[in-house]
Parts: sequence; structure tokens; C-alpha cells
Amino acid sequence: VTRARGRRLPAARAYGVAAAFLVAATLVSALVGAADLNPLDTIAALLDKIPFVHLPSSLSSLDRAVLFDIRMPRITLAIMVGALLSVAGAGYQGVFRNPLVDSGLLGASSGAGLGATLAIVYLGQQGPEVVPIAAFAGSLVGVAIAYLSGAVGASGTATLLLAGVAVGLFLTAVQTYIMQRSAQDLQQIYSWLLGSLSGATWSQVSEILPYAVVSVAIVLLHGRHLDVLSVGDEEARALGLHPARVRLIVVAACALAAASAVAVSGLIGFVGIVVPHAARRLAGPSYRLVLPLSLLVGAGFLVLADTLARTVVSPAELPIGVVTALIGSPVFIWILRSTAAVRT
Amino acid sequence: LIPRICVAAAIAALAAAVLAGCGSASTPSASTPSASTASSPGSSPAAGSSFPVTLTAANGSVTIKAKPLRIVSLAPTATEDLYAVGAGPQVVAVDQNSDYPTTAKRTSLSGLTPNLEAIAKYSPDLVISYQDANGLVAGLKKVGVPVLIEPAAATLADAYAQIDQIGQATGHLTQAHQVVTTMKARIAAEVRQAGSSHQGIEYYWELTAKPYYSVTSSTFIGQIVGLFGLKSIADAADKASDGGYPQLSPEYIVKAQPQIIFLADNQAADGGQTPAVVAKRPGWSVIPAVKDGEVIGLNDDIASRWGPRLPQLVEQIAQAIERASG
Repeated sequence: VTRARGRRLPAARAYGVAAAFLVAATLVSALVGAADLNPLDTIAALLDKIPFVHLPSSLSSLDRAVLFDIRMPRITLAIMVGALLSVAGAGYQGVFRNPLVDSGLLGASSGAGLGATLAIVYLGQQGPEVVPIAAFAGSLVGVAIAYLSGAVGASGTATLLLAGVAVGLFLTAVQTYIMQRSAQDLQQIYSWLLGSLSGATWSQVSEILPYAVVSVAIVLLHGRHLDVLSVGDEEARALGLHPARVRLIVVAACALAAASAVAVSGLIGFVGIVVPHAARRLAGPSYRLVLPLSLLVGAGFLVLADTLARTVVSPAELPIGVVTALIGSPVFIWILRSTAAVRT
Repeated sequence: LIPRICVAAAIAALAAAVLAGCGSASTPSASTPSASTASSPGSSPAAGSSFPVTLTAANGSVTIKAKPLRIVSLAPTATEDLYAVGAGPQVVAVDQNSDYPTTAKRTSLSGLTPNLEAIAKYSPDLVISYQDANGLVAGLKKVGVPVLIEPAAATLADAYAQIDQIGQATGHLTQAHQVVTTMKARIAAEVRQAGSSHQGIEYYWELTAKPYYSVTSSTFIGQIVGLFGLKSIADAADKASDGGYPQLSPEYIVKAQPQIIFLADNQAADGGQTPAVVAKRPGWSVIPAVKDGEVIGLNDDIASRWGPRLPQLVEQIAQAIERASG
């Protein structure tokens, strides 16, 4: 049970803060970029898209293309990826009763990395479209292997977690080996591994939308179960819960969420671990609040990180993983220090 | 977590090396490799039969005692140069990326991370590479094998000088001169035909996608396209630390409105960014080059080397310019 020394907000205010953060991040992100669009015209053009609102905007057709075909799909994808990674991270933390767990756990990231590397090296002939599919499949296969290796009897979470670490290291070793054997593809593999939302499209958004909705809905519906699980398997059983079954369902949903995110963004670390802690700092340890708050805060956090990634060294871009770690680490330490004890 | 970060750092270092090797000409000794014979200074080459010969390459002064008969090339450009000047029969092994000419004796040797023992196994009497990695020069010096480092050319003159130097090092100076003369004539003819005053046309040269790396007008490639008067859209984005190869965001590229796009990453092995793929990139349909069908898929290998096939690249560029301005 967490005891926070810092001020904890009532649920409604916590939701308000998180939602305001997401809206503010989105607005800032829509207004800045290498193309230097006029801010007032940009706001007008965006508001004009709302049904029954008609605002004149003097954006040229070129500027409109930049705003609606390049910038907005990217922001939308950042919202989705941030939400998916954060909800998956929070879900895993609940399942494993361990605050160090993140969305890349159980071979999810390493499986995706291996899948993408295999696709780049051996399926390059098929074109760049196969990489996200391979990453998606690799991520799910990685989790499946880890789960099957670790789920022996009803031995609880520690074995599963350790098996996940072992499978992850193994898959990363295979991936590194293949990468070293194909120097020509290094640049492509490397930029995929570091993660990026550059080149986001509306079709990417619609492709991952069904997986995102289903996986997030399943995890959110299990908030109460995760709260019960947090008191221990024995006690959960006494309260009529089937711990192994809850774990399997939530792990599967988290794996699907993380795989959908990874497929379109590559590997983006730190979001899945720092955001749930920020949510706890806002509203306390109950997963009924931590999960939906993680969704909002995570979406805002990744939009903000991607905005920095594409503006700080403009017109060049930073890998988004660099930004999430650079701002995530100090924020994370501040959260830890402002919370008396973090036990989940 | 920790292993992944370590791996990522190692990858970052490696990838930086790859990028440097592929594109930039920022080698330690960026001086033009000037060939000079010690034994017969200034004399006209008597079929290049003058050995021993001392040459000044990027790794300093190199003496080759006798005509080399067991050459190992660790650089795709050097391999093309060797075969073009007629030294092919003297080559015993080329690196894994030396895919042209197809008759070259391709092995698993690597110029990026050379393995000294694997190279020594071929008992070479001359090794040519594009960079001195893994202690290549010092290591082979211990076993008495001379090494020529022929780094990425910064200018066309550099590229010609390297061909001459490889000709001289292998006893084929006359043929090397002929190769260079022919190249110069073909390139001059292309420039004459397409015209050299297309200052109004701006182009985007794509080295890689995700992220988009490009070239400025002052790079080797930029100078070649500049023969026709064109300017790169990357010029305004260049920072000192980019070395002429800045990274560009898609917003910047779309906003810059290039009239021609050259893709040096369009073949399947290099990312498969074909003109069709580029046309489907979000927002790119408003770029004049995309609207007018002036997105040119180059032969990536020729476009990333500085060897005897350069005239083919110039020809492809010239054709695009003629269409765009016609």
C-alpha cells in the first residue's frame, strides 16, 4: 500500500489536471514545427474542422498540407502511442505487483526489435511496409514465449518476471547478432530501435485504432481486479478472484497495447514506467484511478516529448526515446522523492 | 533495462561510423591524395612499370616495393577503381559490399570492422580501404603489408586523383589516366547538353529516410549536381556539426518545395524508398517534384561511391534536369 507524503488530489480534480495537461500539450504541439506556420491561422484552421464551426483561415494549401497531413497525424499518433505504452506499463505493474516493470517487459520490446531487424535484413525486398507488421508480431511472440516459459503451475509472478528478463536478453542477443552480420542495414535498424513518430500517417492511426481500443478497454475494466490482486494471491482468491486468469487476461491486453504502439513508433522507453508513477503521485495507488490517469498523462507526455524531439534541433529531429529519457528521468526522481514510500 | 541501453549505445557508435563512412568526407587527412613517384618524379608513365613507388595517401606516405599481385580491397569504390584500371587480375579478395564488377572475388571481409587475421589469410601484398578502422594500417604494417586509405572523396578532383593513385600503385597508371580522361569527357558532355545554369531549380537529395538525411551544395554530391547550377534545399538547414549532411524534418522538406527529388535510398537493400513510396508520404503530394513526377530513383551504389561509374550518375541527373527545365 502506498503512503504518499505529497498532496493527493480528489479523483475529479486529478482527472481535470491530467486532461488539461493533454489538451495543453496538444495545442502547443499543433502550433510549433519546422514549417513555421502562422499560429493564429493554424488555430483558426483547426477550429474550422470542428462541426458547425466556421472560421476563415488564410493558411495556403501548402501550409494546410503541412498541418493536416504531417503535423496532425503525428500528434494523433503520439497521443495513441503514449496512452498505449502508459496503460500497458500500469497494467503490468499491477499484475506483477512491482513498480519497476514497464511496457517493454516480458520480451515485448526485444521481440519487436528482433522482428523489425529480421524484416529489415531479410524482407527488405518486400518494401518498408513489412517492418511494422514484423515488429507487431515479434512483440506478441516475445511475450507469448516469456509467458509460456515462466507460467509453471501457479507459482505467482516472480518466475514469470524472471523468465521475461531471460527471454528478453535472449531475443536481444539474437537481434544484435543479426544486426552485426549486416552492416549495410545498420542505419535503418538503429533508427528504428531508437523510436520515432516522424512520417506518421492517418492510415497508421486507423490501422492501430482497433487494437488500441480493445486492449485499453480490457485493461481499464480490470482496475478493480488489480486492486484486489495487490493484497496478494491468497487474499484475492479468498475474495473470489482467479489470480492466474486475471493475470493472463491483463498481460495479453497489455501485450497487445504495447505491440500496437511499437509497430508504429519503434522502441520508446521510459514512458511505461514513469507515467504510472506520475498518476499515482496525482491520485494515489488505486488502479481504478491509476489506469485512466496514466492514459491521459501518458498521451500528453508523449505529445510533449515528440514536440521537443522535432523542434529542439529543427529542422533536424532527435530520436524521441532520447527525449523521453532526458525529461523522464529527472521527473521520475522528483516523483520518487516527493513520495514517502512507493510500494504497490 | 541496462543491457538494452548498452546495446543502444553501441549501436549508436556503430551507426555513426557507418554514416561517416558512407557520406562524409571528414577524414583525418582531408588533403587531396596526390600521387608522386619517388623513383621517377615527373616522368611520363612507362606503362606504370616503375617500382618501388612511394605514394601519399590519406594515411601518409606508403611505399610499394614491387608490382602487387595479391591485392585485397576493403572498399567498394576502390574495387571498382581497381577493375577499371585493369588491375582486376591482381585482386585476390574484395569485401562483402564490393558488388561491382560482379566478377570481383567477393568475400566476407569487412571494411567497416576489418579483421586483421582474416585479411592476412589471403597473404596480400597491398590492401586498400576507405578508413583506418580496428588498427588496420598499424596492424598490417607489422607484417609488412602496405595499406592505402582512400577515403570518401570531397571533390571530383579527389575522385580522379584516387583512380590515378590506384593505377600507379598497381602498375596501371596509363590506363588510369585513360579512365579519368574518359570520365571527364563524358561528364563534360552531359553538362554541355543539359546546361550549367539552372540556378532556379532546387533539389532534395535523400540519403536515408527515417530520419531524412540529405546533402548540401558543398558536399561531393552537391558539387556534382551543382555542375548544372542546381541548389540543394538542405543548404539553409546546414549546421557546422552536420558536415554538409544535415537531417531534415518532413515539414521542412515539404515547405522547401524542391522541383527535383533524387533518391539514393530507393533500392530494396537500402530501404526501398521508391518514387511510388515517396509519392504516398503524407503531405508530400504538394511538392512540385512529386506533382510533376520528378522523383528520381537513382542507382544507390553508384550514388554513394566515387568511382569510375560516376558518369552514369551524372547522366541520370542530367536527364532529370532536362525534363524538369524542358
